Amino acid sequence: MPIARQTPSARVRAPRVAVLLGAASALLMACGGSNTVNPAIPAAEAALAAGDIECIDGKIQSAGSSAQANAITEWVNVYQTACPESTIDYQPVGSGAGVEAFVSAQTSFGGTDKAVTDEDMDAARERCGDNPAINIPLVGGAIAVAYHLDGVDELVLDPATLSGIFASDITRWDDPAIAALNPGVSLPDAAIAQFHRSDSSGTTANFSDYLEATAPDAWDYDTGKEWTAPGGQGAKGSDQVIASVAQTPNSIGYVELSYILDAINAKPVAIDQGAGPVLPTADNASVTLASSEATGDDGDIVLSIDYTTQVPGAYPISIVTYEIVCVSGLEDGQNPELVAQFLAFAASDSGQQLLGEIGYVPLSGELLDAVRTSVGLVVEGAGR
Amino acid sequence: MSLLTPPRITGSSVRAGDRNFRFVTTGAGLTVLGVLAAIAAFLVWQSLPALQNNTGNVVTNQLWLPDADPPQWGIAVLIFGTLWTSIIAMAIAVPIGIGTALFITFYAPRRVARTLGFIVDLLAAVPSIIFGLWGLYYFMPEIVPAAQWLSTYLGWIPIFSNDLDLYTKSILIAGFVLAMMILPTVSAISREVFWQVPKGHIEASLALGATRWEMIRMAVLPFSRPGMISAAMLGLGRALGETIAVALILSAVFDINWQITEPGGNSIAANIALKWGEAAGNGRSALIATGMVLFFITLVVNMTARWVVNRRKEFSGAD
Repeated sequence: MPIARQTPSARVRAPRVAVLLGAASALLMACGGSNTVNPAIPAAEAALAAGDIECIDGKIQSAGSSAQANAITEWVNVYQTACPESTIDYQPVGSGAGVEAFVSAQTSFGGTDKAVTDEDMDAARERCGDNPAINIPLVGGAIAVAYHLDGVDELVLDPATLSGIFASDITRWDDPAIAALNPGVSLPDAAIAQFHRSDSSGTTANFSDYLEATAPDAWDYDTGKEWTAPGGQGAKGSDQVIASVAQTPNSIGYVELSYILDAINAKPVAIDQGAGPVLPTADNASVTLASSEATGDDGDIVLSIDYTTQVPGAYPISIVTYEIVCVSGLEDGQNPELVAQFLAFAASDSGQQLLGEIGYVPLSGELLDAVRTSVGLVVEGAGR
Repeated sequence: MSLLTPPRITGSSVRAGDRNFRFVTTGAGLTVLGVLAAIAAFLVWQSLPALQNNTGNVVTNQLWLPDADPPQWGIAVLIFGTLWTSIIAMAIAVPIGIGTALFITFYAPRRVARTLGFIVDLLAAVPSIIFGLWGLYYFMPEIVPAAQWLSTYLGWIPIFSNDLDLYTKSILIAGFVLAMMILPTVSAISREVFWQVPKGHIEASLALGATRWEMIRMAVLPFSRPGMISAAMLGLGRALGETIAVALILSAVFDINWQITEPGGNSIAANIALKWGEAAGNGRSALIATGMVLFFITLVVNMTARWVVNRRKEFSGAD
């Protein structure tokens, strides 16, 4: 089925227009889906030509993290376009519910923001008929800090200053701490309008984790999906945060990487952790993921991202989300071969390249090699 | 009362149609009660787990961490925000709504009255997401200078003062948008009530030499008071439960803040909309508990409205 995708950046650029466009495209689809051009066709043709897709017929259900939903949707679009006889359903129900659905054998694989460990892992093994279950990190991401200061084209912040701003300890743009990091930049004598997420969000959890890890002195609030620091303004979803920043002069906010790429009026903050300022880009975040320590045995990969990284060119506020899968022992009815081949496509060069195009972070280096080894185990376990 | 109840027909003269129709109407009435009871039972049952393991005081705690370990949450901020935004909305919408209704009923030429009434009713048909997006992207930037003016010149009134120098995503803006949403309700019901003022009262007061304003003050308003109260209460009911427009506009921070020009505020319905998606088991249970509180607040508001209306009816002097 052709699915008309709307890139997040389009939503960011002009929310009012996007609403109209959304309504218009819904109308168009209602009038006749055959009119819409499937944007996944060229990608599917390229992946088939590169030998990155092997078609398996059938249908699988999956569910989990909403953070990786757009990435999975993109892969599903391309895979299903290349293989019309297969259907892959991914429900973005959240990580906890995704793991629960996998463990209770409702789905063929689960997506999760945090690697499955301990008791949950025991339950997952049991679900796989006492065969190993593994975490495979497949989707990388990054959180960008967006600011809106007229006439300021580059802004550098370090973790302590960033924490100060988001904890409402630093409340004005001409604060000495900000000025010291940005010599020669004329900062306005204005209050900082700080935006955070008003809804529960994994983005908030990762961002506050980062602040706690890198600036424990400046940040003494809870981490987790709820924003608990005082002050600032809440906005619903990354789309509203970036729209609020774009609309409000002298503002700052944190969003997922894809939202900053084409934003107008909002620019990304370069983070300086001692090895020079680094901008949020897919490549820079990929450096951080590749240099992170991976643990886990027998194909299981759990990544601990070093937020305090000093590797040159590594953008520190990076994240990774996992798929939890059975190495073997998935019931035939849940189509283990399709799971294996879908994961193999996701881990292929074609699959990872798609991530970069939609604002996620492709994996690289030894990490990608390790991921492919793990996916290889699943392909083997599925009996092909 | 007894005049309205026909004598019950007994014996062989009972027609099948009469009996069946009575069953159907009784059934319809009971269904409504049954649904309401089922909702109440569901809310209580689902909210019990979160109420039991809450380590914060459910009434006074100002945090929202129901999925933390140990869970800690309270409804103080939410109830405050829900009532405060609704009060602001009422303060704006009730005078304007009643004024509109008076103009349409007693001042406007017939053709203007009909058009204006139609337009006000049309306002009720606009979906709330449209109000929310309009409020967020168009209205908010426009109202910032007004909020600045309020805090600069009326800042000595505590609720208008602004210590942050930030004027977006405030309770004032949410109040304005809510006011626009409840305006048609208030206005339409007031209009109906004004139409019902006995022509005799109006003509008598005019015949006694009253001006139009005196006629309205002495004949129309006293007669219509219960109706206007119920109009305001129905508007309040909608304002209390309004979800998505408030969720988009308010800053939704967990903090009790009376200053209506500063960013802040939250409401029960908006909080449910914002937190439900990522909430785990206990979080959902806590959200349902807040939903139960809203359910009972709305119930109390509506029952109070009924009570006021019934109490005043006897003295209204209707003929």
